[in-house]
Amino acid sequence: MPSLCRDCLTRFDAAARCPSCGRPRIVSHPELDSLTIAHMDCDAFYASVEKRDNPALVDKPVIIGGGRRGVVSTACYIARIKGVRSAMPMFQALKLCPEAVVIKPRMQAYVDASRAIRAMMEELTPAIEPLSLDEAFLDLTGTERLHGAPPAVMLARLVRRMKTELGLTGSIGLSHNKFLAKVASDMNKPHGFSVIGRSDTAAFLRGKPVRMIWGVGQAAQAALEAAGIRSFDDLLRWEARDLTARFGSMGDRLWHLARGQDTRRVSRDTPMKSISNETTFSEDTSDPDILDGHIWRLAEKVADRAKAKALAGRVVTLKLKRADHRILTRRHAMRDATQLADRLYREARALFDQGPNAGPYRLIGVGLSDLVPENAADLSHDLLDPQAAARHRAERATDSIRARFGEDAILKGRALR
Amino acid sequence: MKLSIERGTLLKAVSQAQSVVERRNTIPILANVLIEAEGNTVTFRATDLDIEVLDKAPAQVERAGSTTVSAVMLHEIVRKLPDGSLVTLSDDSAAGRLSVQAGRSHFNLATLPKEDFPVMASSDYASNFSAPAGVLRRLFDKSKFAISTEETRYYLNGVYMHVADGEGGKVLRCVATDGHRLARIDAPLPAGAEALPGVIVPRKTVGELRKLLDDDDTQIAVSVSETKVRFATPSITLTSKVIDGTFPDYTRVIPQGNTRRLEVDARDFAAAVDRVATVSSERSRAVKLSLDEDRLVLSVNAPDSGAAEEELAVAYGDERLEIGFNAKYLLEIASQVDRENAVFMFNSAGDPTLMREGNDMSAVYVVMPMRV
Repeated sequence: MPSLCRDCLTRFDAAARCPSCGRPRIVSHPELDSLTIAHMDCDAFYASVEKRDNPALVDKPVIIGGGRRGVVSTACYIARIKGVRSAMPMFQALKLCPEAVVIKPRMQAYVDASRAIRAMMEELTPAIEPLSLDEAFLDLTGTERLHGAPPAVMLARLVRRMKTELGLTGSIGLSHNKFLAKVASDMNKPHGFSVIGRSDTAAFLRGKPVRMIWGVGQAAQAALEAAGIRSFDDLLRWEARDLTARFGSMGDRLWHLARGQDTRRVSRDTPMKSISNETTFSEDTSDPDILDGHIWRLAEKVADRAKAKALAGRVVTLKLKRADHRILTRRHAMRDATQLADRLYREARALFDQGPNAGPYRLIGVGLSDLVPENAADLSHDLLDPQAAARHRAERATDSIRARFGEDAILKGRALR
Repeated sequence: MKLSIERGTLLKAVSQAQSVVERRNTIPILANVLIEAEGNTVTFRATDLDIEVLDKAPAQVERAGSTTVSAVMLHEIVRKLPDGSLVTLSDDSAAGRLSVQAGRSHFNLATLPKEDFPVMASSDYASNFSAPAGVLRRLFDKSKFAISTEETRYYLNGVYMHVADGEGGKVLRCVATDGHRLARIDAPLPAGAEALPGVIVPRKTVGELRKLLDDDDTQIAVSVSETKVRFATPSITLTSKVIDGTFPDYTRVIPQGNTRRLEVDARDFAAAVDRVATVSSERSRAVKLSLDEDRLVLSVNAPDSGAAEEELAVAYGDERLEIGFNAKYLLEIASQVDRENAVFMFNSAGDPTLMREGNDMSAVYVVMPMRV
């Protein structure tokens, strides 16, 4: 069976240890040389960057997240042993692991590391689809002649380079489609390399729970469970048309996934569907003035991102998470799209005022969706708001001042609330 | 309860009732119409808790009484009955059924107890006056197109009816706007309307009211309080809550100093706008107006779909001007003009534009331009 040593990249026929370097980190699979779709997922990315940059942290549990009231964005593997997980509220994480070192995210450092990894991936293939800073799909179909080695070797080389040049580890999933590649990369983290071939796909999926599918969250799980579907075996008992009738387009996708089929392409230009930002407060609040300040700052962030991408959106969404973790969302479709913080803020604020103040809240978010190019946006002003034109000119002026003198060069008083 | 009624009369009464009830609602009784028979009259009452319509019709009442049945179902049945038939409604309260009989057709409909039917609380009307249907029809017909559907600005979801200072003294005025365009329609103030509190009449009420206004000469009794408005003909009474909110100060929105005057045949203008807008993008529907000495060029340039241009002879004597509008808004205001030429008053490409019919200030429209 084709095998590969992940340390020295020697290829050989199955053995317990590498015949060349003698180490045991071997990956073997009958289809090892023919599979081309991969998912690379960095291991505890933010925490690993912090440990790399501060060696004193290496043997300590490290949690990356904002403040006592925030949520865990990443926990290192030492903290994970204590039960700390991503998205867990910080107080709970600290209860499980009181000795943890909590570090506020240093986004710039992560972005830099992510760019370096991206550059390495670019050397393997142009077909890269990043899902976030620390994970991406890669399609290496047709690159074997170019690199003189099959994708498996190039991927093992990629993680080896990440380790030696950047001090970061990642896990690889290699398969024949995106769904299985993503599942595989999660199979023996950290520093894993898992392969799911065509021949063992059916055996692999047997008995596995459907929640394993990326995108099947709690709501979808509940809906599936109501239909008696928990595992892939349950899915296989359904006819395609019954699944579609019950679950719409998701049903059709599930039918195919249950058979290990996924025809989505690895594509770098998945069009952006929405832009949103949210904040978890350090203390629950129902104070409209404080919330108003947050709405403004979030509107500004979202608008900045929209402007950077030359996009605008027609639908404004306001998200509020109450102290009891119940989530309220309100949305409004405007007649024409906007990329201006002023309009976004006013719409979000109107959405906030639309219902009774059901606070205290622990989180607030503002989003923009139904995106269009910016030249189709902000074509007209509100007749009932004669000052709008002046405010919008002021916002454009503010933007150019910031572009020249920095982000903090000019602020609205509202932003200080 | 047992009564007989002519099919046409019944259909008219029931169709108004069924358009008021909400198609989807969680309170079953709200889908029903309350039928009350007494003397030689039968009344049909329907409500969605915001609007109540009460329709009186002559009938041969054999046994007085009342009950409620599904408004939509009763309407469907009556609609399908042959014209000219005599319909007998009789209520078997013990069985909870209403029997509907006409010729050889016979129906049994489930009823709900009349005690559960919500009757709208009456109001102290501060103002009571009477106006010809034709006058009210003009006020609402010419303004309703501008009503907003945005829920976040609920106070724009209706027509603002109030007393205002017009050119020649006090007028009864209706205003509607959605922030893109505005309509301001005036009528001579009817006697007794001086104390009218300004109210925002909801969109649905405006739609229901329209059905009372077909005949020019019918006198409509109008009653207005801070919270309710009532319109009544001898047979139909429409009562509605008004929108609880403050209508924005629209007066500052109406341009006073626009001097560039364009006069154009409204029908030709609308047809040309409609033609060139065919190629405009679905989303923006932008049309550019290029004005020069007695010449108007309408053009659309949509990179994805194509371009169109049309020239019109007009009366225009000011400086050259290029200004863009949403084609739909232009068409809507142009279609309000039915007697004289449309007169547009422009300022600049970024400022609101005013439109009226000839020099008639009793119907004024404002439309916001868009960048093209």
